[in-house]
Amino acid sequence: MSFPWSKEYTPSHPLMVWLDEKLPLPRLVYGAVGGGYEVPRNLNYMWNFGFLAGLCLMIQIVTGVVLAMHYGGDTKVAFDSTEHIMRDVNWGWMLRYGHANGASAFFVVVYAHIFRGFYYGSYKAPREMIWLLGVVIFLLMMATAFMGYVLPWGQMSFWGAQVITGLFSAIPLVGDPLREWLLGGFSPDNATLNRFFSLHFLLPFVILGVVILHVWALHIPGSSNPTGVEVKSESDTVPFFPYFVGKDGWTIGLFMLIYSAFVFFMPNALGHPDNYIPANPMQTPAHIVPEWYFWPFYAILRAFTVDFLIVPAKLMGVLAMFAAILVWFFLPWLDRSPVRSANYRPLYRKFFWVLVLDVAVLAYCGGAPAEEPFVMISQIASLYYFLHFFVIVPVVSSIERPDPLPYSITEAVLGTDESAKLDGNG
Amino acid sequence: MIRIFSILIGAFFSLALLLAFGTGAYSYITEPPAKTAEARFHLKPEHLDLPSNGWFGKYDKAQLQRGFKVYSEVCAACHSIKHVAFRDLKALGYNEAQVKTIAAKFTVTAKDPLTGEVKDRPGVPADRFPTVAYAGKGVPPDLSLITKARHGGGGYVHSLLTGYADPATYKNAAGEALPKENQPGDGLYFNPYFANLNLSMPAPITSEGQVTYDDGTKATVEQMSKDVSAFLVWTAEPELEKRHQTGAWWMGFLLFATVLAYMSYRNIWADKKGH
Ligand code: HEC
Ligand code: HEM
Repeated sequence: MSFPWSKEYTPSHPLMVWLDEKLPLPRLVYGAVGGGYEVPRNLNYMWNFGFLAGLCLMIQIVTGVVLAMHYGGDTKVAFDSTEHIMRDVNWGWMLRYGHANGASAFFVVVYAHIFRGFYYGSYKAPREMIWLLGVVIFLLMMATAFMGYVLPWGQMSFWGAQVITGLFSAIPLVGDPLREWLLGGFSPDNATLNRFFSLHFLLPFVILGVVILHVWALHIPGSSNPTGVEVKSESDTVPFFPYFVGKDGWTIGLFMLIYSAFVFFMPNALGHPDNYIPANPMQTPAHIVPEWYFWPFYAILRAFTVDFLIVPAKLMGVLAMFAAILVWFFLPWLDRSPVRSANYRPLYRKFFWVLVLDVAVLAYCGGAPAEEPFVMISQIASLYYFLHFFVIVPVVSSIERPDPLPYSITEAVLGTDESAKLDGNG
Repeated sequence: MIRIFSILIGAFFSLALLLAFGTGAYSYITEPPAKTAEARFHLKPEHLDLPSNGWFGKYDKAQLQRGFKVYSEVCAACHSIKHVAFRDLKALGYNEAQVKTIAAKFTVTAKDPLTGEVKDRPGVPADRFPTVAYAGKGVPPDLSLITKARHGGGGYVHSLLTGYADPATYKNAAGEALPKENQPGDGLYFNPYFANLNLSMPAPITSEGQVTYDDGTKATVEQMSKDVSAFLVWTAEPELEKRHQTGAWWMGFLLFATVLAYMSYRNIWADKKGH
């Protein structure tokens, strides 16, 4: 992106002049994350999560690649090789706990990033493409995390794979053959573990590729901001370097403190004890639960307990679970309000907070056993979830009267904007 | 157009959910789910105070040695700890020679590096604890990871070991006696800390002095149960001390670096409002 006041890269050192002609990498850095990239000055801390998500992806790739050097992707050795990493590999416990808790940290950060989008209407024009790529990333993350959890070949690994791949058999006609094709057999076995390992190694790099597109798409219009009012003049922005390098930078420390507290002091707090029991196809665990970050969607899946019209309950659940995420793809067109930020949308803002609560309730129910009253609660919570995205968002956006917007970012920050007076709007 | 479509899809899922909820609520009211006996009688594990608990927890080597003795003399008859190598026992304070002696008491089945022949030989420090053949009823699980594989960890093992009760006279907190269908069958023993109330392990620690401690600690049933639980926390988390120490240093460094980074951030933004 370049505003008229963005500075162009002018190398001064002969070496840099030479490099700029052959491979303008410094130019790219300068324009993308350096002094040449102008960013709204009023971004709050909700805009730090994209950067932190990038950090998480790096942590996962680095720890993951080293783990893969010691892991054995064969059902006979997978569990034991994981323990070998924990016990015999130098700093192996740190790699493994770092990777497992890193996945959780990644989802915390990305959920914050997504809800920032919901609140500030970041998905709206001209940023639809950033958002669409984001949803693709999220889907890829879910697939990656699911397959990663299968690798240690514990009880939850095995039974999680059993349940999730079992969802495909709900698809009429092709369901069962499709499931067998995905698993490479009738139930999770060595063929499954092998392909999951292969894909789990591959997908993070696919994610990296989509992240590059995501950030590229971001640099076309530039970041939105808490007012949702687009950048108008130079006084609305500050250069990324040093301002946002400084701001993103110090929150790396904050993030690492929280993340490290889990890795070093409560590494198993977010995991399930059953995954320390080797996989046993003959013994079903009392409760099969996925990792916490899947809970809201798992609750939606299990909320559909009766057949509806001609659709069997199980298929309804599967459709609903996918619809719950796929609807995000349509958000830029479902929400027709011209105002982006919920700060100026009194009605939408209320529904937003209900949604936050609703997803928390869904998460709780998804982690609880499939018993009453949790099933009934998740039915109500799922109902709200669907109403929110499919009905409330489109309806509210056409009936709501937004609050008056500030003239510009500068006015929102400083109280006045000189250029507004010149414009005759002050 | 897309909005009309969306509202229709929303209505489709919502109606299905309403129907599901209605059906569920109806049967919830007409036939409220009865609490199963497992739910009424199963007890949550007691918390166990161990020196390794908490962010700065460390192992008590003397306790681990006592726990190892209980394991070797009682549990090892039925349970293996196959993820643990004899050399790991150095962490309990044994020296090289002691580890060799301990290892040599076990028979391991291994390939002879010279002939390639698989045969039995005495253990050496590099070997792991061998698997245990068990002829009785039930399948005794390997105990290396047991404290990570159950809710409550060491507290669970301790509660289980000390929680055996007489099914004929047992009353739960509500004063109910154990129903007939939950009485232990043949070769099963009642223990309210076990998930389905009856397990095939007879109470292993039953009498004072069952193990003679070398350090003079009185070997009460409570003491032995506690020590072996502490030992099993160690077998599951041999890296715990190193993890806590490294973590403390690392957190200290991070805190320092974060404060510095925060101050430079404030410095950078000092001339701008709106951060
Ligand atoms: C006589 C053989 C025997 C001895 C001795 C024995 N156990 Fe067991 N243990 C078993 C069997 C059999 C099971 C499987 C119980 C079941 O699943 O029904 C078991 C299960 C367990 C379990 C798992 C319970 C669960 O939640 O699944 C633990 C923990 C345990 N034993 C600890 C110990 C400890 C500690 C000792 C030594 C103090 C010990 N055992 C001694 C036979 C034994
Ligand atoms: C690996 C995961 C991801 C990475 C590394 C990443 C990275 C980033 C970065 C660096 C930014 C700019 C800084 C910021 O606004 O926070 C950004 C912005 C954005 N991201 Fe992501 N992102 C990821 C996932 C997602 C997902 C899952 C979504 C939505 C489903 C999403 C939607 C957006 C949107 C809409 C913006 C623009 C925000 C605005 O300008 O207001 N991102 N992303």
